[in-house]
Amino acid sequence: MARGLQYALTGLSAGSLYALVALGIVLIYRSTRVLNFAHGDIATLATFVAFSLLSRGYSFPVALLLSLGTGAAVGIAFYFGVLVRAQREGANLLSMVILTLGLALIIQGVVVYVWGAEPVALPFPISDVKTYRVGAVVVSQLSLATMAAGLVASALLYLLVQRTRLGLAMRATSENVMAAQTLGIPTRLVLGVSWGVASALGVVAGIFLAPALLLDPFFMLDPFLKGFAAAVLGGLNSLPGAIVGGLLLGVAESLAGAYLTIQFKNTLAFAIIIVVLLVRPEGLLGKEFKERV
Amino acid sequence: MDLVESYAEDLKFARKRVTQVLLGGLLAALAVFPWLAPEGAVFSATLVALTAIGVMGQNLLIGYTGQISFGQAGFLAIGAFGFGHLRIWGAPFLVALVGAGLLAAVAGILVGFPSLRLKGPYLSIATLGFGVAVYQVFVNWEVLSGGRSGLAVSKLTPLFGLSRSQWEYYVYLLLLMVFTLVTYNLISSYVGRAFIAIRDSDIAAEVNGINLTRYKLLAFALSSFYTGVHGALYAQVLGHIEPQIFNVLESITIFVAVIIGGLASIEGSILGAAFVILVPKVLSGFRELVPVIFGVAILLVLVFQQLGLFGLWLKTRLYFQLWPFR
Repeated sequence: MARGLQYALTGLSAGSLYALVALGIVLIYRSTRVLNFAHGDIATLATFVAFSLLSRGYSFPVALLLSLGTGAAVGIAFYFGVLVRAQREGANLLSMVILTLGLALIIQGVVVYVWGAEPVALPFPISDVKTYRVGAVVVSQLSLATMAAGLVASALLYLLVQRTRLGLAMRATSENVMAAQTLGIPTRLVLGVSWGVASALGVVAGIFLAPALLLDPFFMLDPFLKGFAAAVLGGLNSLPGAIVGGLLLGVAESLAGAYLTIQFKNTLAFAIIIVVLLVRPEGLLGKEFKERV
Repeated sequence: MDLVESYAEDLKFARKRVTQVLLGGLLAALAVFPWLAPEGAVFSATLVALTAIGVMGQNLLIGYTGQISFGQAGFLAIGAFGFGHLRIWGAPFLVALVGAGLLAAVAGILVGFPSLRLKGPYLSIATLGFGVAVYQVFVNWEVLSGGRSGLAVSKLTPLFGLSRSQWEYYVYLLLLMVFTLVTYNLISSYVGRAFIAIRDSDIAAEVNGINLTRYKLLAFALSSFYTGVHGALYAQVLGHIEPQIFNVLESITIFVAVIIGGLASIEGSILGAAFVILVPKVLSGFRELVPVIFGVAILLVLVFQQLGLFGLWLKTRLYFQLWPFR
């Protein structure tokens, strides 16, 4: 039982990272109907920026803020510089999704070019060796911090979306762009902000993931795919769904790794995706989009 | 000047004298190429030919039928390992090739079933998941993948006194031509029209009497068959395969080839394959910049020239046809 609890706790910590990634994906999907394939790569780029700053001797809060800013800036620049232009040229949804893939490739290349493909360790103020004992389970400082980061980021996002005028505009825009425009909401600006916030959420996940792994140009690929899985599990257009999906996926994965097979631990996420898509395509908490011909 | 007066004329492959001459010239150039060019260039051309088959298949699915798929690496791996095992069991080249294609096609039908209910982004995630799952199965299941040392695939024995690279070049070129002709005919047949109708609006297509289940599955089966053949030919050329070759990056490369070459165009598929094979070759000194070039090419294509390289070719052709007017 204690072993199960221990694995569940480890899963929760991984799950809160998946939830952060999933929140970013859902935020963008909900507002622009675009599936952002560059989500993980933006986070990778910003985490490398944090790495450079930390190794130059800047303090952790400064590095964190600047890397969040970098992520948000890349997201916003891509929205205004590329997506809006493509829309003016009459690009459809498919081509916008492919454009994010193009951005992902560009960032990948730039990261490899600037920082090299060798894995590096991120100097991080919170240790993953120091542990606390709570009852029968042991929890490391890092996983506590990870869970806290997930909690704080989700709470801030909740406040932004539900309690501010900007959040109201975001919700209106994601519901119906035309109607929102008619009501005088500057939808382009609101969508740009959504891209920035979503990218920053991904960066938080990247920074808290980096100390657990080594930092290399492809380290976000796996968590990004898991984040996708979590978003699909919870419903691609539901923000609470993303959190629920992320935590569920993290725990399920950890338990499957402990009790079933460690080799196919990573395949589980995709098995979940395919089953969810077949049984309940709109996800646990999502609502189905109706399509007209 | 350019009127089509009968159905027989419409069916002609090359209608005008100029086109026939140019096409003949191209064929002649391709035929003498391996005698004049250095061995490295012949090898690159062979790679382009085999990649073009896979890209053409994916263009059938992505460009013509409008189903986004990122599972190409999975089909490649199934084709390659199927081919390798069939060859080890003693199957002749062509039988193993068709067998590998059929194996991939069966997998394609399995992946196609979700496509009946899923659209757009959902389908792309499901197929991405398929690609990763196949990769992990091959990595972890050593009976299939030949373990740590990989699977050795016997090379073709050259005939007619040609060198191995020349022989491979001719065989692959011939296969590419067969596939190109088949695809042309397929696209102008009922099946091709059905695919295009499904891409434009699947509900409207169904209302017009197209059996969605059958044609979507057919699109997946056909495209996977092509990709399986691509994987088999690739295995043959490498002579040695391991599961690490068929990762997500490989799927993305094929996808990029489809986009850059031009969605829904057969010539574009060949141009796109040439792009993704030749650009890394030319830039071998700056390997890390290759994804940047692919990415920028995608952005440029989608923002400025939605038909890709084929669209550029069309524009150039139009320019010369109308010259000196514009």
